[in-house]
Amino acid sequence: MKPIEAVNDFVVKFANVNGSGSASANELFARAILRMGVPVSPRNIFPSNIQGLPTWYEVRVTEKSYLGRRGGVDLMVAMNPQTWERDIKEIESGGYVFYDSTRALPKSKFRDDIQVIGMPLTEVCNSTYTDPRQRQLFKNIIYVGALSALLDIDPAVIEKLFSEQYKGKEKLLDSNVKALHLGRDYALSNLQCPLGIKVRRTDKVGNKIFLEGNSAAALGAVYGGATVCAWYPITPSSSLAEAFQRFCQRHRVDPQTKQNKFAIVQAEDELASIGIVVGAGWNGARAFTATSGPGISLMTEFIGLAYFAEIPVTIIDVQRGGPSTGMPTRTQQSDVLACAYASHGDTKHVLLFPEDPKECFDFTAQALDLAERLQTPVFVMTDLDIGMNTRLCDPLQWDDAQAYDRGKLMSYERLEAGTEFGRYLDVDGDGIAYRTLPGTHPTRGGYFTRGTTKDRFARYSEAGPDYMENMQRLLRKFETAKTLVPKPLLLPAPKPARFGAIFYGSTSPAMAEALDALAERGILVNALRIRAFPFADEIVDFCNSHPWVFVVEQNRDAQLKTLLVNEAGVNQNRLIPVLHYDGTPITARYIVDEIARHASAHTVVPFKKVVS
Amino acid sequence: MTYIAKPRLHHPTLPINKVGYTRRDYEGKISTLCAGCGHDSISAAIIQACWELDIEPHRVAKLSGIGCSSKTPDYFLGNSHGFNSVHGRMPSVLTGANLANRDLIYLGVSGDGDSASIGIGQFAHVMRRGVNMLYIVENNGVYGLTKGQFSATADQGSQSKRGVVNSDSPVDLVALALQLGATFVARSFSGDKNQLVPLIKAAIVHPGAAFIDVISPCVAFNNHAGSTKSYEYVRDHNEPVNRIDFDYWPKREEITVDYAEGEVVSVTQHDGSVLRLRKLAADYDPHDRIGAMNFVQQRQAQGEVVTGLLFVDPQPEDLHAHLKTAETPFNTLGAKELCPGATTLEKINASLR
Repeated sequence: MKPIEAVNDFVVKFANVNGSGSASANELFARAILRMGVPVSPRNIFPSNIQGLPTWYEVRVTEKSYLGRRGGVDLMVAMNPQTWERDIKEIESGGYVFYDSTRALPKSKFRDDIQVIGMPLTEVCNSTYTDPRQRQLFKNIIYVGALSALLDIDPAVIEKLFSEQYKGKEKLLDSNVKALHLGRDYALSNLQCPLGIKVRRTDKVGNKIFLEGNSAAALGAVYGGATVCAWYPITPSSSLAEAFQRFCQRHRVDPQTKQNKFAIVQAEDELASIGIVVGAGWNGARAFTATSGPGISLMTEFIGLAYFAEIPVTIIDVQRGGPSTGMPTRTQQSDVLACAYASHGDTKHVLLFPEDPKECFDFTAQALDLAERLQTPVFVMTDLDIGMNTRLCDPLQWDDAQAYDRGKLMSYERLEAGTEFGRYLDVDGDGIAYRTLPGTHPTRGGYFTRGTTKDRFARYSEAGPDYMENMQRLLRKFETAKTLVPKPLLLPAPKPARFGAIFYGSTSPAMAEALDALAERGILVNALRIRAFPFADEIVDFCNSHPWVFVVEQNRDAQLKTLLVNEAGVNQNRLIPVLHYDGTPITARYIVDEIARHASAHTVVPFKKVVS
Repeated sequence: MTYIAKPRLHHPTLPINKVGYTRRDYEGKISTLCAGCGHDSISAAIIQACWELDIEPHRVAKLSGIGCSSKTPDYFLGNSHGFNSVHGRMPSVLTGANLANRDLIYLGVSGDGDSASIGIGQFAHVMRRGVNMLYIVENNGVYGLTKGQFSATADQGSQSKRGVVNSDSPVDLVALALQLGATFVARSFSGDKNQLVPLIKAAIVHPGAAFIDVISPCVAFNNHAGSTKSYEYVRDHNEPVNRIDFDYWPKREEITVDYAEGEVVSVTQHDGSVLRLRKLAADYDPHDRIGAMNFVQQRQAQGEVVTGLLFVDPQPEDLHAHLKTAETPFNTLGAKELCPGATTLEKINASLR
């Protein structure tokens, strides 16, 4: 079997054991390639466990900047005997396996169509280090060193990364550089270097940044003016609140007084987290919580209150595999319906779907504005794949001229001016009423906030017409939301196309690659990336202008499709679900295979009558 | 909950307090609770306390959960913002509101069902965080709105109106508040206005987590012979350890207190206000948290309801102090104060390459 040959376009996967210290070595590997100007897209695939279970780190090296998962593995760095068989199976024909050959394995353990690279890592380690912890940790750096030789990665780049990481810690710097060269020298002397797959310097990264979605969303909250964050630890959202704390410590402490212009409460549970956010929003502070599916379940009663009492609330839902505890460390887009209709009674909520860290930043800041403008809960629907993986994306941008949109807030002066104030009066016809904050005026603008039904002046009322008028106004407000949320983005096919495809959120990079691959096969698809719910009219037009529209999403029940049918009146017979929900991020290959399969089924072949 | 507003006719000679309001200005809508409900007495005590403290009514934010007691904020301080949130989760809403604007006075009103059952977790954590508020539980031992089921504060062995005997042990919210770090803990009786009004005043000016458990009999479902929360039972078993004379001085003014040794104890609070405790129980020391816990539990074992100021920390800290938050209310800060700006973002971008 001919070995795979590729420059700057391959997939390396590391199979490790959770808790072995491999994560930082693997990330070092990815960053080194990035510093050579070659885009990379790494993904952590990890168990819900602290130590001992299998973990993987998949690095897509991609000069074409395809940042989604491609599918398949060209080089498997197989460091975990527990997963040996499935790791070997995943290798592409002609691909490579790198393994610790201290105890050489019989040929039967491999496949005939792959290239085997054995290096006695344990032996090399044990002959150099005596301390067991050092033996374990430096083994990871040694294999990075060996890979640098095998893949032709410039060791100076890695040394520079070390020097940045261990600035002021010379001893650590030296020992890491030593381990790197130990592996590198062994490979150069004993293995055939480089392999058919290699890295070559280029300039395809440009000014892109390398950032996790959770950190980006946290920065969005800082820039968007969130002062209150209440949260409860839950994977995969915890690192978002922790990043918010870190950024606030850096950017929100008054240098003179040392006082904080932020308050972060690690609440006792999700019920309290959202309650704190509701209280802060009611009293005019920008507040948010970050959580995941099980947290959303616990928060729904309060979300209903915020919807009906019309209180600004921002919720960042970093989705994971559900239902119930589901797959806590795997990714899905399966909270779409739970969030769109969170709580009992008739409710509809605004959802934003960021595609990458850049949009996590933008949409979080925007959600804080929208929540105040609309006086309602706004969800930022991210997921583990964007939230916890470091992604390449465009640099973050902020316009200093922009002020926060505080919405329809009555000041003392406006109340004093004497116009009639009715908390739930639709003065402007857009469904959004004016609100006052507690303490604003001694005699005007005070009202009672409640989850029970009320009239336009916030007076308790169980009268049917009052209730219906209020519910109708909330619908008008949702129509207004349609004009304020991010518009969908159209990716037209190079030539007129019969098929449409709708996708959203973290599916984006795999989708971009799939569309190119489909076009190469002659399957032309116009694609539309949905960025928010309520759905803009363009989305309905798009569906109506294609006989078949694929709806690509990462859940079992085609939740976005359901929402399109329920809320936009799209004919469900036009919509073909393409669903991926095994907990791993969707791959370009999967999308291509599914769309191609359906496309051939829907391609009309003229029936020719056979004449005997 | 009511939609019936009180007529706005004031007697021309009603006395006016220092901020220009009469007692009527501190009232709310007409109560729809049962005639004789202890909760209405508590509302009246709150009205009197706020009027006497010269608080501008609109500077109070009143928050509650769900239940009879949680309806009461509609019946006092009609020009204040009120918030009737969800069952048992008022404490978190109050915490958030307090973080958003530290300049208002926060009054949390709850019931025994609200705070000791569904809301016991939030009750515990709001005390432990030291949120600056007055948290009043209007404690009648039953669920009134759902017609008479036992709440978690009902004593073991007490009977419901329908004759069911409660087999569960009661939750003592005072003991919990003491254990969890509340810096002002009191118990009172809705039928003892002389004790309750000064307690409410003292708790409002206390700059930390203040808790008052007010036994407030439910006339409809828990004012019968088998109940330990009836008017008759509480009057017969009440052991007041002190009454307080509440005097308030502005900050930094010299404080002199006139009291006779052994009869009155003065407690100077953090903000300069002074509580004068008129001791009824000669050996009761309200500065001793552990002593208070022991005392309350010992008397409880004897079937006594101990009322009065049970514990006060004269140097309390609140959540804002713990979080080192800025003096300026968060809800007044804009992009200028909060946003690090485009230049900083460029630097952040540069660090991510």
